[in-house]
Amino acid sequence: MKKWLLASAASLLATGAVTAEDARIGVILGFTGPIESLTPGMAASAELALSEVNDSGAFLTGITLVPERADSTCIDAAAATAAAERLVTTDGVLAIMGADCSGVTGAVLSNVAVPNGVPMISPSATSPALSGAEDNGLFFRTAPSDARQGEVLAQILIERDIGSVAVTYTNNDYGKGFADSFEAAYAELGGEITLTSPHEDGKGDYSAEIGALASAGGDVLVVLGYSDQGGKGMIQAALDTGAFDTFAMGDGMYSDALLADLGGDIDGSFGSVPWAEGEGAEAFSALASKAGFTAESSYTRESYDAAALIALAMMKGAEASSAAVAANVLDVANAPGEPILPGELGKALKIIAEGGEIDYVGATDVELGDSGEAAGSYRYYEITDGAFSTVSFK
Amino acid sequence: MDLLNALVALANFVLIPALAYGSQLALGALGVTLIYAVLRFSNFAHGDTMAIGTMVTILATWALQSLGVSLGPLPTALLAIPFGIAGAAVLLLLTDRVVYRFYRAQKAKPVILVIVSMGVMFIYNGMTRFIIGPDDQSFADGERFLISARDFKAWSGLDEGLALKSTQAITVVTAIIVVAIVFWFLTHTRTGKSMRAYSDNEDLALLSGISPETVVRVTWIIVAALAVVAGTLYGLDKSYKPFTYFQLLLPIFASAIVGGIGSPVGAIAGGFVIAFSEVLFTYAWKKVLGYLLPETLQPDGLVQLLSTDYKFAVSFVILIIVLLFRPTGLFRGKSV
Repeated sequence: MKKWLLASAASLLATGAVTAEDARIGVILGFTGPIESLTPGMAASAELALSEVNDSGAFLTGITLVPERADSTCIDAAAATAAAERLVTTDGVLAIMGADCSGVTGAVLSNVAVPNGVPMISPSATSPALSGAEDNGLFFRTAPSDARQGEVLAQILIERDIGSVAVTYTNNDYGKGFADSFEAAYAELGGEITLTSPHEDGKGDYSAEIGALASAGGDVLVVLGYSDQGGKGMIQAALDTGAFDTFAMGDGMYSDALLADLGGDIDGSFGSVPWAEGEGAEAFSALASKAGFTAESSYTRESYDAAALIALAMMKGAEASSAAVAANVLDVANAPGEPILPGELGKALKIIAEGGEIDYVGATDVELGDSGEAAGSYRYYEITDGAFSTVSFK
Repeated sequence: MDLLNALVALANFVLIPALAYGSQLALGALGVTLIYAVLRFSNFAHGDTMAIGTMVTILATWALQSLGVSLGPLPTALLAIPFGIAGAAVLLLLTDRVVYRFYRAQKAKPVILVIVSMGVMFIYNGMTRFIIGPDDQSFADGERFLISARDFKAWSGLDEGLALKSTQAITVVTAIIVVAIVFWFLTHTRTGKSMRAYSDNEDLALLSGISPETVVRVTWIIVAALAVVAGTLYGLDKSYKPFTYFQLLLPIFASAIVGGIGSPVGAIAGGFVIAFSEVLFTYAWKKVLGYLLPETLQPDGLVQLLSTDYKFAVSFVILIIVLLFRPTGLFRGKSV
C-alpha cells in the first residue's frame, strides 16, 4: 500500500511538472452551428500564431503554448458557457481566444471569464453592447464594434445618393446591434428606412421576409447577415422574385462563396468590411498559405492577432498567467515601440526580453482603445464583373 | 390592369414560394408520419436522414457531371436521386438492424425510441459533416428560371414581375408524382395493404400472417425514398447545408402533427397549412392593396398583420389550436 501511494504521489509530481511547462490557451469558436464554415480558418490562424511563438524559441523559458479548442456553437449561450467552464476549471487555460459570436461571447465573459479572472480576446464579436459590458478589464477584441460600421455603411449609402432603403438583419446580438447603429446613423444623415425585418439563420425559406420587404419598397436592400446563412438566403430570394436588384451588405456578407454562388447577379451591389491594407495583411496571407490554409476568409486575421497578443502580453508580464495577459495586452498592442508584423513574433519576443517596447501591428493594424477595442478601418467595396473591387477605405 | 398587377404580386411573393415550400414540407412530413404509423415513434433523425441522403445524391451528381452526363435544361441531380435513395435505404436498414430492432424486440415505450432516434440523429449529423463538410454545397445546374421577373415584365407590360424558378416547378410536379405513387402503393398493393393493417392493429396483423420484419423493411425503404426526394428538391430550390436540414425538423413535425400524425393525407395538408400560414400572416399587403383600392383609400402603413419575426410563432399557434380542439389533427391521425 505504501509503495502504491508513493508511486502515485511520484506520478502526480511528474504530471505536475509536465503541465507546468504547458501554458494552455483556450480557443473557443463555433465549430458547430451557424458559422461552422468560418471557424476552421479562424482556429487555424490562432494556432498558427501560437506555434510561431513556440517555434521561435524566444518565449518564456521552458514554457510551451498549447491551444485547447472548445465549441461555442455561436448561438447556444449555455453550451458555450459550459465549454468555457470546462476549459478554465479542468484544462486550466490562462487566457481565451474567443468567443466568436457576440451573444455567446457576452455569456462566456460574464459567467466564466470575469468570475475566474481569465482574460479573453474575441476576434469577431462585434456587437456594440459588448463595449458597455462589466468586464473588470478582462475583455478585449481585435474586431471593431459595429457601432462604427453602422455609421460607415450609412455614409456609403448617402454618398451614393440612396435615400430610401429596406433593412434585414440576422436575428441575434450581432445583427440587432448592427441594425440599430445603422438605423440611427442613416436617419441622422436624412435617409428613410421603409421596413426593418429580421431573419433567422439556418432556415431555407425566406419568402415571407422578402414578401414583406418588397411591399415596403426601397431603392436598396441592406443585408446585415451572414454570407453562408440567412443573409445569402435573403439575397437569393430577393433576386428570384425580382424584389431587389441591388444590395448593401455588412461585414458578415463578405465572402468568396457568395460571389461564386451569385456572381454576376449581384453586380453593382456594395458593402463594407473591416479591412487591413498594407504589409501586415500581406505578411499574414503569405504565412497562412505557407501553413496550408487561406487567409481570405472572414476574421482569420483578427484571430491570428488575438492569439499573438495573448502570447506577447504573457512575455511582457514575464510570466504565463492570466493576470499578465490582462495587464499587458494594451501595452503590447499600442504605440510606442517597434512595429511588429505577422511572422515577426520571434523578433517581438526578443525585444521584450531585452526590455524594449513593441507596438503590435499584426494583420489588422491593431490599435486598441482604452476599453480594449480595435478602432478598425473599413473597406468600401463594390461588386463588378463578379468580383469585389475596392472603392475606398474608411 | 391594376387587378392583374395585384394578382401577379400576390402570386410572386406568396402563392408560388409557399406552394414550393409546402410541397417540400409535405414530403418530409409524409416520411415522419409513415414511421409514426408503422413503427410507432417520432423519428427525430428524419431531418438528418434527408441531409445524408441528399449528400449521396450530391456526390452522385458531381460524379455524373464529371462524366459529362446532363439532362439539358433539367438539373442533373434528378438522375442522381436513385443513388441517394439507395444510399439512404441501406443506411436506414442498417440502423434499424443495429439499433431500432433491439428496442422493438424489447417492446420499448415510444418515448424511449424517440430518445434513441435523437441519438441516431446526432450520429447522422456527424457523418454528414464528416463526409461532405458543414459548408454550403451548390449542385444545381440546368435552367434556373422558367419565367424570370424581368422577362415577365417586358412580356406583359405590367409593373409587377412574376418569377417561376424551374426548381419550384420541378418541386411541385415531383411532389405530386411521388405522393401519387405512395398512395397507390398503400392502397393497391399487397405490401401496402399489409403495412396499413400492421399500422391499424399490430396483433391482428401478425395473426393474419403478415411478416412484421418485411413491413418494417418496406417502410424504411419508402421513408428513405421520401426523405431523399424531399431533401434533394429542397437543396435544389434553396441550397444544401447540413445545418438547414437539422432546422427543418421543426416545421416538418409541425406539419405532420397539424395534419394528424400517422395520416398520410394529413401530412400533405399539414405541410401546405404550415407553409401558407407562415407567408400569409406576415405578408405586408400594402402593395397589393395599393393596386386594388382607389387612390383615396390607399394605406400609408404596411398593412402587415404580424411582423415576420412571428413567422414561426404562427405555425406553433396553429399547432396549439389544433391540438386543443382536435388532438388527433385535421385528418384524424393517432392521438399524440
